[in-house]
Amino acid sequence: MELAICIITGFMILGAIYAIHAKDLLSAVITCGIVGYSLVICFLLLKAPDLAIVQIVVDTITLIIMVAVVLDSSREERFSRLDLSGRITAFTSLVVIGILLYFFVIAAENLDALGNSTLRMAAPYINGAAEKTGSANLVTGVVFDFRGYDTMGEAVVLVTAVIGVLAVLRIKGKKEGFGLLKEDSAKA
Amino acid sequence: MKGMSIIVKKTAQLISGMIFIYGIYVIVHGHLTPGGGFAGGVILAGSLILVTLAYGEEFFKLVREEMGTTIVESLATISVILIAVGGFLFGSKIFFNNFLPRGTVGELVSAGVLPLYNIFVGTEVASSIFIIFLSLIIFKEESPK
Repeated sequence: MELAICIITGFMILGAIYAIHAKDLLSAVITCGIVGYSLVICFLLLKAPDLAIVQIVVDTITLIIMVAVVLDSSREERFSRLDLSGRITAFTSLVVIGILLYFFVIAAENLDALGNSTLRMAAPYINGAAEKTGSANLVTGVVFDFRGYDTMGEAVVLVTAVIGVLAVLRIKGKKEGFGLLKEDSAKA
Repeated sequence: MKGMSIIVKKTAQLISGMIFIYGIYVIVHGHLTPGGGFAGGVILAGSLILVTLAYGEEFFKLVREEMGTTIVESLATISVILIAVGGFLFGSKIFFNNFLPRGTVGELVSAGVLPLYNIFVGTEVASSIFIIFLSLIIFKEESPK
């Protein structure tokens, strides 16, 4: 199973690299879809069907919206050559990535094998959770009973995101406010 | 926004109802099978987006739809918090207390308040994603050419 996950992860990395370098923006968006759908297969192999359902639906809707945006604007990417500040930024980010990779290797050597540490932490949740919460699906039991605060936070985050989108995108309200300002300045 | 051709319209007519019922199934069985409020809510929003893309202005009055969806979303969020506070009324001092009887594990009506959380969170997620989609469409309609 680990071999299959390694192959799929390599495929995801290839798709992401192609998405950066593609000149046609539509093919770049569709290659981003490869990353999302490969992640769905990874979730299924790791026995997490709850996450797989959410990922496949959200990825499809995101892909639809991105394709609509690309079809409505220009299809070709505009390249610009790197000037001095761009080169300094690229060099600095490379150095930071190298330092982070060094510490990541040190941390990864001290980890347990795949999944062991999380199972040790989750043992109090798994033992007798069906009797404690009354739900046959363990994930729902943890998400809505043991970790209720987290779920409420996620719901509030969605509401906040919607308020932000409405505040930015509703051009009608903006126009009326603009007209009022003009009338006021004309009266003054 | 104009609708699409008649083939797309008929296909959307046939499929969207089934997608909607599947979303309701995923939400209601959230405490028994994989899925739950978030996954089912996104499926519900997907069926609504399908109808909107196929029919455009002919089926929905877009601006009026946005008003109604905003109200539904706020009410669902408030209900989640009210159920969480509801544990205080039943004698315990715990936020997110499971105050209804648990029932037998594995039946449809069981697990106390967890199915209610699933239903309200599903409504909230569906309306949130649908509002974001609608406001993008209305922005394109209203912006000057």
